[in-house]
Amino acid sequence: MRANATLPVGTYGYQPVDLAFLNDRVAQFREQVARRLSGDLSEDEFKPLRLMNGLYLQLHAYMLRVAIPYGVLSAAQLRRLAKIARIYDRGYGHFTTRQNIQFNWIKLEEAPDILAELAEVGMHAIQTSGNCIRNITSDEFAGAAADELLDPRVHAEILRQWSTLHPEFSFLPRKFKFAISGSPHDRVAARFHDIGLIAKPGADGAVGFEVFAGGGLGRTPAIGIRLREWLPEHELLAYMEAILRVYNAYGRRDNLYKARLKILVQALGRDAFAEKVEAEFAAIPKERYRLGPEIVDAIRARFGKPHFDATVDAQASLSDRRRRDPAFDLWVQTNCHPHRAAGYISVVLSLKPIAGIPGDASAMQMDAIADLAERFSSGEIRVTHLQNLVLGHVRQDELYTLWQALGPLGLAAPNRGLITDIVCCPGLDYCALANARSIPIAQRISERFADVELQQQIGPLRINISGCINACGHHHNADIGILGVDKKGEEFFQLTLGGCGEEDAAIGQILGTALPESEAVNVISRVIDTYLARRVPNERFRDTYQRLGATFFKEAAYAAA
Amino acid sequence: MPLLECGRIVRDSWQKLADDAALPSAPCIVSLSRLQQDESVRTAPHLRLGVALPVDQPAEVLARYLDRLSLVAVNFPTFRDGRGFTQAHSLRERLAFRHEIRATGNILPDQYAFLLRCGVTTVEMQDGADPEAWQKAADHFGFGYQPSVLKEPILAGLRRTIRLGVPPNT
Repeated sequence: MRANATLPVGTYGYQPVDLAFLNDRVAQFREQVARRLSGDLSEDEFKPLRLMNGLYLQLHAYMLRVAIPYGVLSAAQLRRLAKIARIYDRGYGHFTTRQNIQFNWIKLEEAPDILAELAEVGMHAIQTSGNCIRNITSDEFAGAAADELLDPRVHAEILRQWSTLHPEFSFLPRKFKFAISGSPHDRVAARFHDIGLIAKPGADGAVGFEVFAGGGLGRTPAIGIRLREWLPEHELLAYMEAILRVYNAYGRRDNLYKARLKILVQALGRDAFAEKVEAEFAAIPKERYRLGPEIVDAIRARFGKPHFDATVDAQASLSDRRRRDPAFDLWVQTNCHPHRAAGYISVVLSLKPIAGIPGDASAMQMDAIADLAERFSSGEIRVTHLQNLVLGHVRQDELYTLWQALGPLGLAAPNRGLITDIVCCPGLDYCALANARSIPIAQRISERFADVELQQQIGPLRINISGCINACGHHHNADIGILGVDKKGEEFFQLTLGGCGEEDAAIGQILGTALPESEAVNVISRVIDTYLARRVPNERFRDTYQRLGATFFKEAAYAAA
Repeated sequence: MPLLECGRIVRDSWQKLADDAALPSAPCIVSLSRLQQDESVRTAPHLRLGVALPVDQPAEVLARYLDRLSLVAVNFPTFRDGRGFTQAHSLRERLAFRHEIRATGNILPDQYAFLLRCGVTTVEMQDGADPEAWQKAADHFGFGYQPSVLKEPILAGLRRTIRLGVPPNT
């Protein structure tokens, strides 16, 4: 299958006017950087401007966070990221839990050049930080998954455009995160976002959205409330305006840690908040904000479509290969996801090699993945919120060849969704906010559970690590969450158990006192031993945890500590 | 302080009135509490009246006074506090206010286009500020991706041409 020559598959193809807009933005930022370097702008004045262009000042250097809208990249875009890693950074990039990529070793004076490089391929860093609407995240199997009802990426793009340099909502009380899924199986953690949308089809080809608001992680994890069971497509933007307007007017601004939408929802209460939103919505002139089918179609027309040409024997060919090669079979079983089209499959390229740095990819790997995407998957790559990459549309009879190519690149670890598929923030190795390093403990856990058979025996289990209470590693919604804390200048780790980010969303509970790194890894081992010894067949970790209770696990885990 | 309108410095014919000061005959901006509590302000004949809307009040508190008002000032205690954008937007779109909306406080030139697209018409600048820098900042973008309160020709998809310095779309 070959990529459409004119439009990128699965993402919005920029038109000359959109590119001009990005170039305007680069010129604006170049001028702002010049004003900062000449001293016309103070750091205090420059900070919100650089943050709106994704530029953070970290422990050792500037960090640039580049937006990957709904996690979809073209091969050309991934190659450009590789080039930036090679020329402006130290040869690698870090994929994040919000489907973005971060470059950690950036010089301020080179940042405008990097943004110009990105603009050439229709990319930017707009609103990847700051108190504004951030990158819109979506399902890594969007447009491919067999269980999907509706491909949410066109609406994700609509939300991206609508929120770009929004005149009213660029100086919110705090950052604002959207996620959108089109599958009843929530792979985007919709209930843990400021706004979570589940797109679904209605009668007569209508499109609508289930709307959640006020979810989030961070210091005060909260599960979003459902505002609407069915919001018709044409009212999407009007309703989003209503929620954002209520938040901008009433969200707290006196305390950074109480400024997110979830705190407003909790303070007002579910009903009072919903009432305010509905009152605002009722007052909005609907015609001005109407998202008519002509707008949706115009944007959809800029999305390239994968070309499906698998022959009828593709599936049989794959089955045959799996029978003959157990290692391949294990990888397919673990890292692949069913596709809606016969003869196709979606593939997760693990960025979690044993003892590696979760989510990191080298420039060499990025270039190689771009080549493989063109050869095997319509030139389309997706970034997952679990910090892996996906090739969405692979012909089943070409999967074996792809797998053979991935091995030497270090991208074929058969661990998707298993205990070594660890989600991890950059932590104190890079981040100015962190209390503890999250990468080394991830590496220790990965080494401890390196055995492929052991991982399979444990089964699906998620470990998420955050280096501080801001929870970028989403530790609250993992089976085992790890939070780095500072105890009198020493790095300690607090464990939480029983969290979940999917439809049955749950926030993990603290297991016991925080521990130094090596002891924390030992306690995790004992938690796993307890789970293996006490689970009933096919019981998920969180179910065993619920059944046996927090005290039982605590006693077992801390017994020898 | 210099007053910016359509990228130029213009003469400011308004004065701020202290709560205990006698009513002048020249245009004056009073506090919200004086507007609410002092009936003589609201009924003064021929007086051009403006109000300073506190940042923590929704624009709707002015609904019953709007036909008496020729100016509403919205305030930005810091440039990070974006409530004034919503206040201005609501005044134009929800309350159909047609007269001057003035932005005061700590504002950056880079916010000028946002202010205009939310319905602000004049900006109280810091002394010595360069109006050209403000206009240049506002002119950076030829179009936007969302509706605003200005009359902006709609292009394909969500795009509309940004034309600053045009009357509000009320």
